[in-house]
Amino acid sequence: MLAFILRRVLQSLVVMLVVALVSFALFRYVGDPISTMMGQEATIADREALRERLGLNDPFVVQFFNFVTRAAQGDFGISYRLQQPVMELILSRLPATLELALVSGVLAFVFGVGFGVYTALNRRGWMSGAIMSVSLIGVSLPTFLIGVLLIWLFAVELQWLPSFGRGDVVALGDWWTTGFLTTSGRASLILPAITLGLYQMTLIMRLVRAEMLEVLRTDYIKFARARGLSNRAIHFGHALKNTMVPVITITGLQLGAIIAFAIITETVFQWPGVGALFINSVRFVDVPVMAAYLMLIAVIFVVINLIVDLLYYAVDPRLRVDRAGAGH
Amino acid sequence: MTGGDMQEPLLTVRDLVVEFPMRRGTLRALDQVSFDIAPGEVLGMVGESGAGKSLTGASIIGLLEPPGRIAGGEIRLRGERIDNLPPEAMRRIRGRRIGMVFQDPLTSLNPLYTVAQQLIQTIRTHMDVSEAEARKRAVALLDRVGIPAAARRIDDYPHHFSGGMRQRVVIALALCAEPELVIADEPTTALDVSVQAQIIDVLKEICAERGASVMLITHDMGVIAETADRVAVLYAGRVAEIGPVRDVIQHARHPYTRGLMGAIPTLEQTSDRLVQIPGAMPRLNAIPKGCAFNPRCEQVFERCYSERPSLRQAAPNHQVACWLTEEGSA
Repeated sequence: MLAFILRRVLQSLVVMLVVALVSFALFRYVGDPISTMMGQEATIADREALRERLGLNDPFVVQFFNFVTRAAQGDFGISYRLQQPVMELILSRLPATLELALVSGVLAFVFGVGFGVYTALNRRGWMSGAIMSVSLIGVSLPTFLIGVLLIWLFAVELQWLPSFGRGDVVALGDWWTTGFLTTSGRASLILPAITLGLYQMTLIMRLVRAEMLEVLRTDYIKFARARGLSNRAIHFGHALKNTMVPVITITGLQLGAIIAFAIITETVFQWPGVGALFINSVRFVDVPVMAAYLMLIAVIFVVINLIVDLLYYAVDPRLRVDRAGAGH
Repeated sequence: MTGGDMQEPLLTVRDLVVEFPMRRGTLRALDQVSFDIAPGEVLGMVGESGAGKSLTGASIIGLLEPPGRIAGGEIRLRGERIDNLPPEAMRRIRGRRIGMVFQDPLTSLNPLYTVAQQLIQTIRTHMDVSEAEARKRAVALLDRVGIPAAARRIDDYPHHFSGGMRQRVVIALALCAEPELVIADEPTTALDVSVQAQIIDVLKEICAERGASVMLITHDMGVIAETADRVAVLYAGRVAEIGPVRDVIQHARHPYTRGLMGAIPTLEQTSDRLVQIPGAMPRLNAIPKGCAFNPRCEQVFERCYSERPSLRQAAPNHQVACWLTEEGSA
């Protein structure tokens, strides 16, 4: 178990190094940072001085090493555009994105599993047909369109919910701000969360349905029926638990995707998260922010993958290899 | 031993018809199958693949896979009809009054639950006992089916057990709510030859101890000969012959049964090849008119092509569906 975690952490480190290399390459190949920073009027001597001071004349390997060392300490430099430390910028935006992702992830998981199980158990019911048809829309409509439609319906026509922003937020601790504690904050979360989670929900739902149908055909479910266990015990105990292993994987990866690709939703709803920050940084070639964002997303994916692997252990006893007891 | 006529049968199957509605017409998979099982009796059920053995078992326990459905006849357990019960009432019979053992022990157990969890859940579904009491019963039962160190191993997961051990666990699960009838559907087919006999012995012993009847579905005549009291031979969804094992083996009346017996290798046998029945069992959509066996029968005559023979008494307790018996020439 411990060896497994160690191995996974080592693998994660390798992944992070590769991502760091890509991030670092941004600095060298996306324009010349010196001209971005000094503007047109600087003399060549000034430019060279700055270049030397920033270590840009050092060999590639040395520069990369310095980049990684600083990144590991949370130092990604100063944003070209906003003239603030990048880490500070990202941290101030992160709570908005994480809260949005958390809410839409939970929505997607709860409704995805619920609908998936329902449609698998009532395969021929008209409700199942309706749910499946609607889910097709969720899969096929692009996120921005869903967002715009929701804004039009609930914000413009019905005027129930705000169309943009995060509402009022409350500061918790040094840098975390939450929208959960105010009415306007919660109301503002609803539309973006639905927009962001709808696709994931339909994906999870279809996966749960397919897996559940598969599991319901297995011999151990047939044997459970032959033992007279209640439908409840069979469906929600025996079948659902076996369905969860692949569902956990996909949900985990999708949670990463929700955080990483909240960009579109954040743009549509002008949500003050890291996705919106990233889009603006791209527009102004704000390389330090872009690089830091890349690294952040990589960290999130790696951490989620690690958690998913550990969850396998919790769900599936066959993976807990205790060789002492095996094979009689 | 052999049920007998004076005792009320535990299970009565009368003219059971199972059909599968298909796009191109309805397939009749079981056609007027009738037999009884007496309390404490072991009834063997033999036949080729597709003869309807497993379907008969599934019909009795009420687990026919749709679109298959019981289209006629009746099934009675201690005189009470069980083929038309509402699902919830039938569920309470499954496990409690009729247990079932499936073919493949490797896939019959839920991999994510310990043996203890599965046993205790089943016991507590049917019996009003505490968790601790259910666990005590479960350990005793595992011990009885021959799991060494049962008290310790009960908390293992199915993948910790070998195939033979898993089938013992499956038997324990099928028997844990003390059913009166156990349907064993090819319980040893998926196992090593070396453990097959042990599993059959365990099953037979425990059922005998508890007075439970067994319906043993197999295509292994050897197992039937050693284990069963009576045997029913199925062919193309119909009962060809049914009677006491010794009678059927030594004085098989139906040409099909004789063919089956000829296919059992014996020590005395001198010929190089085993006898085999020419041809194959007809597909369900192409069962010939009259006797279903007529294309393959060596003693076929006109009547076999026009009329279907019904089960008739050929000897005490021994019934055959063949016109030869009718004519008195067998």
